[in-house]
Amino acid sequence: MLAPMDAAQAISDLTEISPQIRYVAVLAADGSVAGSNLFDEAAATRLADGARRLVEAAESMRPGVAQLEAATVTGSVFVVRDGDRMIAATTTPEPTVGLVFYDLKTCLRSVEAAKPPARKRRAPAKKQEPDDAAA
Amino acid sequence: MPPRKLVTGFLLATGSLAGSVLVRRRAARRRERIDLYAEDGSMHSFAEGSPEALRLLPLAYEILASP
Repeated sequence: MLAPMDAAQAISDLTEISPQIRYVAVLAADGSVAGSNLFDEAAATRLADGARRLVEAAESMRPGVAQLEAATVTGSVFVVRDGDRMIAATTTPEPTVGLVFYDLKTCLRSVEAAKPPARKRRAPAKKQEPDDAAA
Repeated sequence: MPPRKLVTGFLLATGSLAGSVLVRRRAARRRERIDLYAEDGSMHSFAEGSPEALRLLPLAYEILASP
């Protein structure tokens, strides 16, 4: 079981252990960018939007796509889904496919899912005994 | 023909064959493609030129070019 961590830390660890990976973006369930190693916010959004469109197009051809790789001569695009969340990455040409998928899944799972704040349970109210009961 | 020349010729032919196999394998690996992995564990690979790749590869080029 992986300890949950913030997206920036998870992405930093990912790019450190996998030098084939160039750019990464983690997409939250609502479609927003939860984290990226791109300093330019607009570029991170472009990567996230592109990955979403790629998955939507793939899904329209083969429903139930869990992950994909688009390999080109200039590099590859990887997208991995975990429920409603997604991680997208670009790599150098001819990456080690299995290793990249494994590292992306590990990164996505280690990113703490945004959860609504847990509601504290209230202790049941004590019954007030009537004063005359003691008498 | 002297046996030495025969051996040299054989080695040259074998080397050429092995080299061509390696080059072909490498070229095949470099081909552009889309691999889709489904939730049930199945995988579909679409090589360049297929209708699926023609639709998906431009989206990948766009992503790779954008940052």
